[in-house]
Amino acid sequence: MSIEILPAAQCSRTTVIPMIKEISIATAATTAAIVAALAFPHVAELYTLINVTIFISLCVLALSLGLVWGYGGIFCLGQAVFFGLGGYSYAIASLNFGDTTYGVAASLLVPMIFAAAVGYFIFWGRIGDVYVGVITLTITLIFSQLLNGSAGDAYVIGSVPLGGFNGIPMTPPLNIPGKAEEMLSPEAIFQVAILALAAAYLVCRVYLASKLGKTMVAIRENETRAELLGYDTRVVKLITFVIGAGLAGAAGMLFANSLTVTPNMFSLSITAQIVIWVLIGGRGTLLGPLVGCIFVQVITTQLGTSGFLNPEIILGGILIMFVMFVPSGLVPALRQVTERLIRRPLKWRK
Amino acid sequence: MDYICILIIQVISSIAMLVLLAIGLAIMFGMMKVINFAHGEFIMVGAYTSVMSVNAGLNFWLATFVVAPLAVAFVGFIVERVIIRHLYGRIIETMLATWGLSLFMIGTVTIVFGNTVTGISAPLGSISIGRFSNSTYDLVLIVMAAALLVACALFLRRTNLGLIARAAMQNADITAVLGHEPKKIYCATFVVGAAISGLSGALIAPLTGVSPGMGLAFVAKAFITVICAGPAVIFGTGLVAAVFGTVNTAVTFVATPVFGEVALLLSAIILLRVMPKGLTARIMRKAL
Repeated sequence: MSIEILPAAQCSRTTVIPMIKEISIATAATTAAIVAALAFPHVAELYTLINVTIFISLCVLALSLGLVWGYGGIFCLGQAVFFGLGGYSYAIASLNFGDTTYGVAASLLVPMIFAAAVGYFIFWGRIGDVYVGVITLTITLIFSQLLNGSAGDAYVIGSVPLGGFNGIPMTPPLNIPGKAEEMLSPEAIFQVAILALAAAYLVCRVYLASKLGKTMVAIRENETRAELLGYDTRVVKLITFVIGAGLAGAAGMLFANSLTVTPNMFSLSITAQIVIWVLIGGRGTLLGPLVGCIFVQVITTQLGTSGFLNPEIILGGILIMFVMFVPSGLVPALRQVTERLIRRPLKWRK
Repeated sequence: MDYICILIIQVISSIAMLVLLAIGLAIMFGMMKVINFAHGEFIMVGAYTSVMSVNAGLNFWLATFVVAPLAVAFVGFIVERVIIRHLYGRIIETMLATWGLSLFMIGTVTIVFGNTVTGISAPLGSISIGRFSNSTYDLVLIVMAAALLVACALFLRRTNLGLIARAAMQNADITAVLGHEPKKIYCATFVVGAAISGLSGALIAPLTGVSPGMGLAFVAKAFITVICAGPAVIFGTGLVAAVFGTVNTAVTFVATPVFGEVALLLSAIILLRVMPKGLTARIMRKAL
């Protein structure tokens, strides 16, 4: 790449265009979400609707790691923990208090508080790259072990048994705040889910546009330099980590609404999948994790049900191919291609 | 007295198990900073090879010490050529690619052998200590784990090839200038690591049962042991395995196996918090 000094007009264009682009992307995303939320329940069957709701909850989960790893550079293998904690605390709080409003609050607060504790432990210990991965992976394994072994009468929170391998079967669907008897229909839950996805996207966008978010990206690029410039990198990393945990908790809450909560939410295979979505979609983008998540889900369900290949082979093959041939991920690669196509005629005109 | 004796054997055999699970990975990570997440599947392939050879009428020891390591070394060679070679120096990318490989291998083995648990019985019967008896095969595992550790350390310390391998680990460029191609050294190291993983798989096959997903249960534990070991891989792996194995067995003894596992994992987290670069970054730095 050659470095050239841009004329003033072009300089201002390069700073203004991304801003306009960003605002237009955000508006387009919200509009699309609202349109989809209103229109889709009328055209889809119930089965498809519930499946799509699950996809959306997984998209929120992908987005959370996209923020923490893609932008923050924190290689977190514990996103499944926050996802599972969100699901479990939603189920437990809702069943204990009889109103899912408390469940929703718990599904956000519990993962965030836990993430704050873990993050304090990790970032104040100055633990870096791979070692963060190992510690968070270990925490995932601990939860998986504990909850799989939580069958029996000894493991009860309030009035809710944890149920070991089977999880909590009677997870209640969302109700209108304050009115426990008015439960939402699957159509309404779908609408809640898609609005939650849009909200999660906006939270990430706003955070990344803020000063904190920009510092976070600077830390990802060069932590020592950011520290020498006077930023407390530990605090910034911790905040990113906690926001990511909150998003993952929300994803767990949505997931619990469509399926039941089981220790599977903490499993190594979920952990692997989240990483794969973000890697395939592209680190350092917010659209990428969503694209990656949908791409992988569609391919594994389509090819997996055909019976010829099992999902593991497909997932593994895709992951190897991407690491080796498209290491930046789908969205950045496509963006590069389109930008090249758009720029070319401009250069000729000169 | 007999009881204490049995308990000590239990502790040592759980340490030996950790050493066997981790040593192949330790060689790959320590020598080339490659985290092979398909390590569990290398173990799985070793175990399957051993079971199949024994079922085909081969002698158990021949299957364990010759056939399984050779088969997995071959797999390792192909993996190194096709995938690892292109990703040297990029820890997280290697880890993700081998994670994909791990899923791929599980899927393939599931298609070929079906998602069922097979196994072979442990040879050699059992020995009795007072009122208790213990499988003799446990003792074989303990001896093998110790022998592997000592052999690796001696190989690296005392032989010419070991010297070259350590040189490539410290400074690949200078080693290349001196006429030893780092790519070849890395390839050989990876193949040796794979062969040892295959041997471990064959050795633990009679104890754990063999299924396509068996590696998943091991890889995280092996990974944690190796990372906690720090820069002196061989010695560190032995030391960390000793700590974890003791904690695991002790807590399992007073509580349940679930809490034993959890205690092991918790002690790993605490160890990494206190010593972020691993145990041997602080103590015994001169060891291997």
